[in-house]
Amino acid sequence: MNEISLMPEEQYQRLQQRNAADVKELWDLLDQVKDPEVPVLSIWDLGILRDIERIVEGEGERILITITPTYSGCPAMDNISTDVKKALNEAGYPDVTVKMSLSPAWSSEWMSPEGRKNLRAYGIAPPEDADLDEDGLTPDAHAQCPHCSSRNTRRISEFGSTACKALFQCNDCNEPFDYFKKI
Amino acid sequence: MSDAIKQATLEYATRLGDDSVVLGHRISEWVSYGPFLEEDIAYGNVALDYIGRARMYYTYAAELADDGRTEDDFAYMRSDRDYRNLLLMEMPRGDFAYSQVRQLFADVYATVMLPELLKSKDETLAAIAAKAIKETKYHLRRSRDWVLRLGDGTEESHKRTQKAVDQLWGYTHELFDMDETEQLLADNGIGVDVSKLRDAWHAMVSSILTEATITVPEDSWAVRGGRTGYHTENLGHMLTEMQIVHRSHPGCQW
Ligand SMILES: [Zn+2]
Repeated sequence: MNEISLMPEEQYQRLQQRNAADVKELWDLLDQVKDPEVPVLSIWDLGILRDIERIVEGEGERILITITPTYSGCPAMDNISTDVKKALNEAGYPDVTVKMSLSPAWSSEWMSPEGRKNLRAYGIAPPEDADLDEDGLTPDAHAQCPHCSSRNTRRISEFGSTACKALFQCNDCNEPFDYFKKI
Repeated sequence: MSDAIKQATLEYATRLGDDSVVLGHRISEWVSYGPFLEEDIAYGNVALDYIGRARMYYTYAAELADDGRTEDDFAYMRSDRDYRNLLLMEMPRGDFAYSQVRQLFADVYATVMLPELLKSKDETLAAIAAKAIKETKYHLRRSRDWVLRLGDGTEESHKRTQKAVDQLWGYTHELFDMDETEQLLADNGIGVDVSKLRDAWHAMVSSILTEATITVPEDSWAVRGGRTGYHTENLGHMLTEMQIVHRSHPGCQW
């Protein structure tokens, strides 16, 4: 059976950008760089890897990577820059610059479908597993439990282990779990 | 960008950075002292959001200054008289009610101010606003919930919340002051004319306080000075603690 993909526009554009790039091998290479706080998500899956450019300068070339933070205070950004440089250096690209861009602001819509699946398997509910409240914020109940799929859950804290997550508990299996907020 | 505008934007980015780092540091003082673990983590996260904003504002200020300084020089190498933050942000941690009331005042201020900054012709300021708006929704929901819970809670929590509101009210007038620098930027579509925001702020704060059974104070006194570098004694003590490691080990990386 053919599946009709209902891919959100943002994801479609990202995928197009990646596939059309003349530096596709670099996008592939950087799949090995993970978010240090959620190691099942690559920086591509998370949507914080925004662009890769190869700039020819005389004899040599420089690689310019653009990343964007999820939240203003994301403490992982410095680590991620270091990991990106290390991955490229080890693959034979000595001259790497990592640039931070703020606009457009990161959106959880940019997270890849694989990333969402991996998050769930890792025990974190991805953004679409809760219906937002009328203010467009994380609801106080009913995020789907990533362990037993129950919707009978309640929020126990607005902020989880990091600013990008909220903490829930399942009333059926009793397990607490992080929910990746939609922003 | 003309020289006058550039200088004013540099000053403005520094002011907004100062507001963010001072409040962020104050909030971080709660880490490991929160009433329970989840709250402790929540406050730590809000602190990180503010410190992250400070980094973005200071990085931009450093770029405009173009004199070799970095974000760290702005945060760690300036003394209290050089800081231009609003006095509200530097008030001490106080008890939990005091911190949450200050947070509510600051969060409502961000809620009315950031959408205006988002319209800035300055792309960097608008981009910082776009990020901060998303975070502020969560900050406000939390501080509002706490003020409701404490104000409309026990006799003791009500008493402390009312006291905090009465003590902090006089520091909120400064939030809506304009000076030549900010007027120049507002006239050029870069900065926010905060003098136009007090009504919206007052309406939102009053409605939350009233719901929390807290009396909205009369405007009987006002303290000003943060934007000109005249601070309360609290800032110097805070900066001492915040800056000592950096100043003791200049240029240290880890
Ligand atoms: Zn469950």
